Order: sequence, then structure tokens, then C-alpha cells
Amino acid sequence: MTEAHAATPPGRRRTKRRVSVVGVLGELLITAGALVLLFLAWQLWWNDAVMANQQTSSAASQSREWIAQAEAPVTPQEPSDLATPIDYGEPPVAAPPEHGEILGVLYVPRYGPEYARNIAVGTTFDVLNSMYLGVGRYENTQMPGEVGNMALAAHRSAWGGGMHLINEFQLGDGIYVQTADGYYTYRFRNLEYVQPSAGDVLAPVPRQEGVAPGERLITLTSCNPLLSTDERIIAYGVFESWQPLSAGPPAEIAAQVAAQAQEG
Amino acid sequence: MYGALWRVLPGPIWVRIILVLLLVVAVLYTLSTWVFPWVETLINNQEATVGT
Repeated sequence: MTEAHAATPPGRRRTKRRVSVVGVLGELLITAGALVLLFLAWQLWWNDAVMANQQTSSAASQSREWIAQAEAPVTPQEPSDLATPIDYGEPPVAAPPEHGEILGVLYVPRYGPEYARNIAVGTTFDVLNSMYLGVGRYENTQMPGEVGNMALAAHRSAWGGGMHLINEFQLGDGIYVQTADGYYTYRFRNLEYVQPSAGDVLAPVPRQEGVAPGERLITLTSCNPLLSTDERIIAYGVFESWQPLSAGPPAEIAAQVAAQAQEG
Repeated sequence: MYGALWRVLPGPIWVRIILVLLLVVAVLYTLSTWVFPWVETLINNQEATVGT
């Protein structure tokens, strides 16, 4: 067999003899380039998808845990009830947990029918780059349902890409936060593009520091443009209503929450 | 370098192709499981927050 292959054309034999320092160096450089591209592909697609899956399923299990702990049994709403939502009054405001602990589960149907992420306290990498968290609430911003501004951060791409589709928001899109108390419904209002230094978007009245808040806002922040960190993209939402866990999830995420319940 | 690897591999051409594919899979698995996660901790993390 080897004899058959040894009878190679003269051209191939000639190149074989010319294995040289330059040749090996060239192959090493090509290999290095391929490794860099492979790393980028791994980070932006493979590991991103793996982390997105893991973050979604841990958010689902957190949601299940809270529903199971809810005092009143969860009764599915009749479709007729959905047309005229019950007013549950002032939303309860929980005390903020410690850094790194989960305060809520974020649902954004615009990000996809299965999108769910745990919201933890803090925006350091132990939260944003975590396999189980992915979305962080800026320290010292407000809690779900609190008057002021609950500001969240997540990566735009890689590490699960919690805010990958933040630029796709349309006016009135639902942004839902589930906590141990209930579901808080916010409606998307507007986008803003700012410099990374624009910390005043986190103020209780965004961009107007020192002004007493009257509204309950949610603010989502991420990187812009996609695959860059030059700017930040900010999405504002306005609080609409809340309902206790026992009332079941809002209609738009009801099917998703039901599907999550079956996973467990 | 890769030419030498190809000549070291035994067997007829289709065996060599299968061996090369197995090596490629082994390298990719090693990279994505151990090497890339480690590299990620070394390079600067992407900052995603405002006001920092």
C-alpha cells in the first residue's frame, strides 16, 4: 500500500523536500489565524447559545419555584377575564436582596417566545457572565413595582446575549417581571442611544438627576452597535399593572409559563 | 508540518481522511471544552453597563 502511495507525481515529491522553516512558520500562522476565528465563533455562537439555554432553563426553574411557593393555588384565568384585567391596586415592593441573588424573572416576548432570564442584583461579571443569571439590576436602582426606575443590564452578544434583540422593540411591547409576589407588566416606551458614561439613564427620572420620580419605569441597557462596546442602547418601559402569582401570568406570557411548568 | 502529519498517518487514503477528521473533532472538543473557556478569562471582558 505504501509503495503505491510512494509513487507520487514528481511535483509532490519536490514540495515534500522543500519543507522549510518558512513553510512551517506559514502553517503555524495560518493555524493561529484559524484558532482566533474559531475562538470568536465559539464565543459568539456556540458558547452564547449554550449559556442562553442554561440561563433560560434556570429562569424557568426559578419561576416554577415561586409559583409552587405561592400561597393561593394558581388558577388559570378564563379568557373573558383577560379582556377586563382586574385592578390589584398598588404593586407590592420587595426589599432588595443581596448582591448576586435573584430578585425576579424577566420575560420579553419580543426577544422570543421562550425568552426568560433571572434578574440578579448587581451588574458585575459574576452576574452578567453567569451561566444561571445573565441579567443584572444596577445596585441602588429601584425594585419591581417601585416608584422610580428599575435599571437592568445584560450583554448584547455572547454570554447568553440577554439583550441581543433590544433594538427590535416596538411601542407598547410587553416587558414582564415575575417575582415571589407576582407579575409586573411594563410597556416599552422608547429607545435611546448614549455614551457608556451616561449613568444618568439610571436615575429615578432618567436623564434628570435629582428630580423626584412619579412613575414606575423599567430601563434595559446593553451594548451598541452589535458586537461593539462603543455606545450603549437604552430601552425604557412604563409600568402598567401587576397581578399576584395566584391570578396566573399575564395573557401574553401565559403559554410560556405553562410550558415552563411542564418542563419541571 | 501538516504534510508530515499526513504522511505519518497509516493506511489507504480513506482511512487517512477518517483519521484526520477524528483528529479535527478531538482538537475542536479540547478547544471548546478547556482552552476557550480559559482564554476567555484572560482577555478583557466586554463591558455592557452604563455609568462606569
